[in-house]
Amino acid sequence: MSSQKETPGQESENLRKWRVSRRRLLKIMGAAGVVAVVAPIFPSLVGKVSAARTQTNGANGAKPGRIRQWVMVIDLRRCDGCQGIDEPPQCTQACIQGHYAPEPMQWIQVFEHELPGGGTQFIPTPCMQCHNAPCVNVCPVAATFTTPEGVVLIDQERCIGCRLCMAVCPYDRRFFNWGNAPIPPESLLADYNPEHQAPAKRGTVMKCDFCPDMARAGKLPYCAQACPTNAIYYGDLEEDIATNGEKLVKLSHFLTENQAYRLKEDLGTHPRVYYIPGHGEAVSRDPRRHGRKATRWPWQEKVEGARTWKR
Amino acid sequence: MEKVRDQRREDLVRTVLHPLVHTGKGYYMVVGALLLVVFWGLYAYSTQLREGLIVTGMRDRILWGFYIILFVFFIGISHAGTLISAILRVVKAQWRTPVTRMAEFITVVALSVGALMPMLDLGRPDRIPNLVLFGRWQSPILWDLLSITTYLTGSIIYLYLPLIPDLALCRDRLGTQGSAWKRAFFRIASVGWQGTARQKKYLKIAMGFMMVIIIPVAVSVHTVVSWIFAMSLREPWNSTVFGAYFVAGAIFSGIATIIVVMAILRKVFRLEAYITEKHFINLGYMLGGFTLIMMYFNISEYVVTGYKMAGETPFHFTQLLVREFAPFFWMYTIGGMVVPGLIILFPWTRTFTGVIIAAGFAMVGMWLERFIIVVAGLRVPLMPYEPSWYIPTWVEWSVMAAAFAMFGLIIAVFSKLVPVISIWEVAEQYEEEEGKVPASTEVSGRPPMRPARAEGAPGAGGGGGGTA
Repeated sequence: MSSQKETPGQESENLRKWRVSRRRLLKIMGAAGVVAVVAPIFPSLVGKVSAARTQTNGANGAKPGRIRQWVMVIDLRRCDGCQGIDEPPQCTQACIQGHYAPEPMQWIQVFEHELPGGGTQFIPTPCMQCHNAPCVNVCPVAATFTTPEGVVLIDQERCIGCRLCMAVCPYDRRFFNWGNAPIPPESLLADYNPEHQAPAKRGTVMKCDFCPDMARAGKLPYCAQACPTNAIYYGDLEEDIATNGEKLVKLSHFLTENQAYRLKEDLGTHPRVYYIPGHGEAVSRDPRRHGRKATRWPWQEKVEGARTWKR
Repeated sequence: MEKVRDQRREDLVRTVLHPLVHTGKGYYMVVGALLLVVFWGLYAYSTQLREGLIVTGMRDRILWGFYIILFVFFIGISHAGTLISAILRVVKAQWRTPVTRMAEFITVVALSVGALMPMLDLGRPDRIPNLVLFGRWQSPILWDLLSITTYLTGSIIYLYLPLIPDLALCRDRLGTQGSAWKRAFFRIASVGWQGTARQKKYLKIAMGFMMVIIIPVAVSVHTVVSWIFAMSLREPWNSTVFGAYFVAGAIFSGIATIIVVMAILRKVFRLEAYITEKHFINLGYMLGGFTLIMMYFNISEYVVTGYKMAGETPFHFTQLLVREFAPFFWMYTIGGMVVPGLIILFPWTRTFTGVIIAAGFAMVGMWLERFIIVVAGLRVPLMPYEPSWYIPTWVEWSVMAAAFAMFGLIIAVFSKLVPVISIWEVAEQYEEEEGKVPASTEVSGRPPMRPARAEGAPGAGGGGGGTA
């Protein structure tokens, strides 16, 4: 073996070594197959390590900027389902108009819920922006994702329309574009962005996007702006502050002092939307008065080929 | 004695090879009809592509329908092949030999049709590549994609391996009787099989590997299919028993499908001498056993949740037992499990016809079970709203018809390409029964014949004229 001299005989011996037997070929192919399967995982493993390294470096070096943690607090004591003004719930209406949400989508929907002692309460329900979001967990292509600010968004340019996220959402807060959505023609001019989902794309899922783009621009979400009784607070868990446009509250105190709760807390989804229990008593609503005005999709003109469906 | 043995083998070969070269008018009519249905389904799907899923009866609340039901149903059927073939092979059940090939067929065909269904359900089928480009292993859909493709690959290999000696037999025996491309197919697909001792040894090793490996793969497939549902927080789906429940249901419907398909092929290809009442009764016993397992799972599932009546359970139980889904639910529980169970239980109903009827009931029952799980499960309201309803449209009915037609069509085409009974394994079994020479002189083990010389006597039936 150690001898380097090559006689003709050895040469052919060497050549024979290189000739691949069938068994060997199969072995090599098998090994190549294993590598082919494992290889794509490799960069992500390495990537994770290097990402962790950068983070440590970052902690040593420059201080990272503040990352907002957007939350919403809905004061049910102040919500009368817009019975007082005898109009459809203004939060839903403003959301529809601001986002060109197609009929029958109500990204923030006002449900009327029976109270155990009789009478009802109104519960405006946007996407809960769960911190442990079932929809984000099951999405096969990461079309729905959580931003560092804690907002759950959908990339309608990636969504494959399998609707598994809708099947697992415990709050019924996801909407599918079953056909060519009935939207106004002007929405086609909108610059699409997962933070501003217009225009609607057929065969994809949509939902409340929590308006982080508006918050960054110093504005409240459409729903909070439009609420005639200022029942909707929007704020930042990180800075511990929230506002309904009328007054500023210290978020943690406001939640604690008013017995705030979250919907279906027991499911462990950890929503970012809090409720303060009530049935419109602060705006003198009679809890035994049932019903609210039906939501309207106000557009006169709709895009070509638009069809409306029922949920 | 020698002559009797050879005659028996010759008959087997002739009967089984006959349909490969002789095709009647009836066959073309059936294939034509199936093709028509498939094309009609394609037309329906093209409507869906053009206008979107709005043409279906699915909506935001009941957001899955026939497509996902059929997905679960066909993937379930595909477990037939594994159970009948692999498990019976592993335990060396003697009666299995004429049955395994069809079981393996059904697996491959049902898997192919089933895997198509969720793609039809997608809102954006044009973005299927995203599953590869951006696939997340945290999603149950990726688990499905992985396990189903693995199972499909495995079952194709598992179908193909025992086929090799039979393909070689076709190559040697059919001669010029088949068309030129068919002969080329046999020549290439039989990969130079000559039945030598070495080839046999390696074939046995490969089959031994595959039959063991394919069982856990099959179990994983239907477990993962059930996790599409069980990984959600919805009241009727939020269950730890779902994986096992689905696997049992899959094998149950798989056995039922085998019985039905086998009865049809037996009649069409006149295989009465090989697939006897005994086979149906044995499969009937397996079906009967699985009705018990299914009943057990249903009791576990419904009694445990029904006793507590937590959350939305009262709503779900009302719609299942007495309201909207009651006809389907009772048809499933009584018709799909109790009736087949009783048919198998009593000796006077446990006959050829009885077993087929039981299998038919079980198939319909299991389709209804999937309907109940998907549609009734989704109907349970999550928020204070009026429960919605699901009415499938003509598009969904057409696609469903096309799916079943495609299932039949592929089986029909297959049955013209390869022998529907594993000839060499049956012959090997004869060998054992006759207590003769260790398997070295069986059918395909005869001295290799050149196709040109194997044409044989022109008058000699489908089997050609192998000179024994």
